[in-house]
Amino acid sequence: MSHGNMNLTLKVWRQKSDKVAGKLITYPVQDISPDMSFLEMFDVLNEQLITKGEEPIAFDHDCREGICGMCSMFINGQPHGPKKGVTTCQLHMRSFKNGDTIVVEPWRAAAFPVIKDLTVDRSAFDRIISKGGFISVNTGNAQDANNLPIPKPDADKAFEAAACIGCGACVATCKNSSAMLFVSAKISQFALLPQGRVEATARVKNMVAQMDEEGFGNCTNTGACEVECPKGISLENIARMNREFYVANMKE
Amino acid sequence: MSKLDSKIPEGQLEQKWEKYKSSVALVNPANKRSLEVIVVGSGLAGASAAATLAEMGYKVKCLCFQDSARRAHSIAAQGGINAAKNYQNDGDSTYRLFYDTIKGGDYRAREANVYRLASVSANIIDQCVASGVPLAREYGGMLSNRSFGGTQVQRTFYAAGQTGQQLLLGAYSGLQRQVGLGTVTMLARHEMLNVVNIDGKCRGIIARDLITGKLERHFGHAVLLCTGGYGNVFYLSTNAMGSNVTAAWKAHKKGAFFGNPCFTQIHPTCIPVSGDHQSKLTLMSESLRNDGRIWVPKKAGDTRKANEIPEEERDYYLERRYPAFGNLVPRDVASRAAKERCDAGFGVGTSKMAVYLDFKSAIARYGHTKAVTQGVHNPSVQQLKDFGKQVVEEKYGNLFEMYEQITGENPYELPMRIYPAVHYTMGGLWVDYNLMTTVPGLYALGEANFSDHGANRLGASALMQGLADGYFVIPYTIGAYLSKEISVKPISTDHEAFVAAETESQAIINKFFEIKGTKSVDHFHKKLGKIMWDKCGMARNEKGLKEAIEEIKKIREEFWKDVCVPGTANEFNPELEKAGRVADFIELGELMCMDALSRTESCGGHFREESQTEEGEALRKDDEFSFVSAWENKGNHSYELHKEELKFEAIKIAQRSYK
Amino acid sequence: MSNTSGNFLKSSLGKKIQMGLTGLFLISFLVVHCLLNSFIFFNDGGATFNKGAFFMATNPLIRIIEIVLFVGLILHAVQALVLTMQNNKARPVKYAVNNGSANSKWYSRSMGILGSLLLMFLIIHLSHFWVDTKVAQLNGKINEHNTYLEILEVFHNPINVIIYLLGIISLCYHLMHGFQSSFQTLGWNHPKYTPAIKLIGFWFSIIVSVLFAAMPIAIFLGLIQ
Repeated sequence: MSHGNMNLTLKVWRQKSDKVAGKLITYPVQDISPDMSFLEMFDVLNEQLITKGEEPIAFDHDCREGICGMCSMFINGQPHGPKKGVTTCQLHMRSFKNGDTIVVEPWRAAAFPVIKDLTVDRSAFDRIISKGGFISVNTGNAQDANNLPIPKPDADKAFEAAACIGCGACVATCKNSSAMLFVSAKISQFALLPQGRVEATARVKNMVAQMDEEGFGNCTNTGACEVECPKGISLENIARMNREFYVANMKE
Repeated sequence: MSKLDSKIPEGQLEQKWEKYKSSVALVNPANKRSLEVIVVGSGLAGASAAATLAEMGYKVKCLCFQDSARRAHSIAAQGGINAAKNYQNDGDSTYRLFYDTIKGGDYRAREANVYRLASVSANIIDQCVASGVPLAREYGGMLSNRSFGGTQVQRTFYAAGQTGQQLLLGAYSGLQRQVGLGTVTMLARHEMLNVVNIDGKCRGIIARDLITGKLERHFGHAVLLCTGGYGNVFYLSTNAMGSNVTAAWKAHKKGAFFGNPCFTQIHPTCIPVSGDHQSKLTLMSESLRNDGRIWVPKKAGDTRKANEIPEEERDYYLERRYPAFGNLVPRDVASRAAKERCDAGFGVGTSKMAVYLDFKSAIARYGHTKAVTQGVHNPSVQQLKDFGKQVVEEKYGNLFEMYEQITGENPYELPMRIYPAVHYTMGGLWVDYNLMTTVPGLYALGEANFSDHGANRLGASALMQGLADGYFVIPYTIGAYLSKEISVKPISTDHEAFVAAETESQAIINKFFEIKGTKSVDHFHKKLGKIMWDKCGMARNEKGLKEAIEEIKKIREEFWKDVCVPGTANEFNPELEKAGRVADFIELGELMCMDALSRTESCGGHFREESQTEEGEALRKDDEFSFVSAWENKGNHSYELHKEELKFEAIKIAQRSYK
Repeated sequence: MSNTSGNFLKSSLGKKIQMGLTGLFLISFLVVHCLLNSFIFFNDGGATFNKGAFFMATNPLIRIIEIVLFVGLILHAVQALVLTMQNNKARPVKYAVNNGSANSKWYSRSMGILGSLLLMFLIIHLSHFWVDTKVAQLNGKINEHNTYLEILEVFHNPINVIIYLLGIISLCYHLMHGFQSSFQTLGWNHPKYTPAIKLIGFWFSIIVSVLFAAMPIAIFLGLIQ
């Protein structure tokens, strides 16, 4: 089936499971349309592999509109590829040239073990959230939503931090595999809201402790995470987390 | 006598829910600890239900097929969530929200359910704000509202264009809190494959660990299906790639009736298909129709570029056909009108299956206004354009950016191309007032049930329904059932019913690998989708539906002979997952066509070509079809229709008109 | 929620603040060092410079600060080593292709290497000057010790000048990242002030490095007699 006129060489990381080593395998793909998304190009490749009786490449994806945070490819040395502000599913082939060689690897971090090929296990993020990425309010406890006015700038900043999709690009691109941008975004969201202040001290301490336990690296402020974050989460959040953490430790 | 008992409480509409809550049987805290509930799906309905039930003391297990509960497709909802708060002092009330929802659903929803939905809507906003959801605010610190979907009041709460994301993350954080407390066992990357019924009651499920491929048996005193809609039966839709009907369909095969399967919502403003490689469709917020004008060339097959077609050769067909509402007609009307033009050969773009959504006049209009407010008296043409673009960018910047990202075209210069796409399914498992299906102990929440939206869903009401069901309805209604189950000890998963259900699921998996066919799963899915879209989509007729049923049968036979599933069962195998889902979609597709065939009226998202007015508008037949179609699976691809009559006591039924 | 966390100093953020604080402290020392160095440009045959050097070598307060300085330096280096090892462990399998230049500065990603170079340079530097001064001090000959002449001798050797210039370049880049980074670490990031901090950090790194480099170059070229 012909789609377009781009011919590419893909070098894709293949790994059966986390128990065996993986390697890059070269696949040529033909007749790619510039209007395809990067994942649709992978669909074409997988269809070819299935027809040839080979095993298709496993990769995570779901919403394909840049919001669920499931897709996670490290493309030519950058998470979600060369285009800024997009996830892999929103990266289109027009960002590449005919004849390009594209290297595709999974997120690499000890805390994100490879499940298969380009699929990794990001459950460490869930465990961090379950240590404090919430406000302890049971259903039915709530007062009227407008009883607590929140200054618009604070609400807006909290929203910007809450826009994190938990894809893990920050960890993937960080030279230290640090998860501080992810963790700080959640801590910031709640630190900025009066509802979240109640438990701020325990929250930051617990979440940082879990982050360390998961085996993420440390932050050296290179700023790569902020640049590669598809949702533009700001480094300001990491600074806020640092403040919160120091203050919390001074208090208790 | 019908097998359907909707269990609607007696009494005045306004008091039904209050009375129910005060009189429903309760389960005492000590007993809750020994009652186990399985929640399948972790979207708005699933996450909120799992968290709330765990808070109450039940032992909860929650499954999702994604790698984290946070990724459920509720996350993709853009616009907002309705609530009858009346913060804007514009005359909103529970009754108005109820009325708008019933009318919007073209009078095919249950009054009592919808009234309950409207009355808990305000609590949802309180709960979300308390759990840290950063909804949009005014400078005074109060919550902001926008208007939506043609209602006359401003009742929609939002968080930029990411309301669904923020609400889901709020529910997810509540869920993760319970996971941390050990009251919820979260099983991510697990897919439910079967329902286990023992002595006529649902007692558990069979699920596949998607990483190891192992089939697992899970016992529960009750099972909640919060598994979303089945729009992917059309192959292309705005649903996520993994969205599927499998859990609901397996439940249907085990006795749960399927309600109104053919009610599908088609959203008019999606980015059109760019080629046969397309895997999914992206929605552009409906708000664009507030300022954009929709048109096609007056000449069929016109190949000129949009900007080369002079004003007098453009057909603004919505403004022509519906002078009163113009470009702001409801979703179903706008969608059908676009299809009609394209089918008649007036479509644009390479595929000819698109219409233009043009902001040129909006840019010009806003340009003039802004020039005046800026005190520029003799603005140049370029200045006007720049001013206009600035205003449009402020209002729709992120949508324009998204459009450009996907299509590579600049919508400030060229009109956008749009086409309708499948967005939501109003149909789903039939449930009673308690949200229980026809199988005792088996519940369906959110989009997975046949829902409160009748034949057409209004904007900003899906999020409302998901959270209402999970946060505020099921915590009460489940007590009505579980209070009678307190003496039931957990049943061993070695019970023969569990063994039989697992064997059944294993047999299907084995069969996939035995076929060793030549065609990929997607091949069949695309074929099915095309039939569904062409013959059971925006408009249906008897001939097409009958053909579709035959064609789908053929696809089913071919699928089970020639599908190719690579790899093995005992590993992470996305192709195997897809195969199972498509097998169920094929069966569902057939039922959808049967349902559509039996409903010879046009209503909401269901336009039956044989039932239209002289002017070509939808003609509803309230005398004949004022009922919910609930289909019973009789095995071997045969189905029996049961009807739940809809009675309207609080509302007077009227025909919609947008002329 | 209840608080379940562990030791502050052992946590990632605890280590991070140690890096930031010691870094800032070391930066403050550089200012003093730079100031003293510039005494040489009085070009008065080392009179002013030696007075300064003598003060630094003998003042009791400075002696205490010297100890603190060494402790700070060691802490900075040891923590850096620990963090680097942890960071390496956090990514056991490296990327085949990693396009770091697309998202960050090379020197931000190379603080470990730059720091190691600086440490090596520091050892050479201390052996040149500090050790001699200390020996003189211990032998009670500090009054006779002429740091100025010692400096002239060292910097008439072109190899030393090159070593020093390389050391100073490493310092410059280390500072360019380190200065602004320490503010971020301490939590001082603000849309209004951070751009200013970054600008100051940049020029601070350049000016300090140029001032340091000026001495060996000037001596080597015979501008200081």
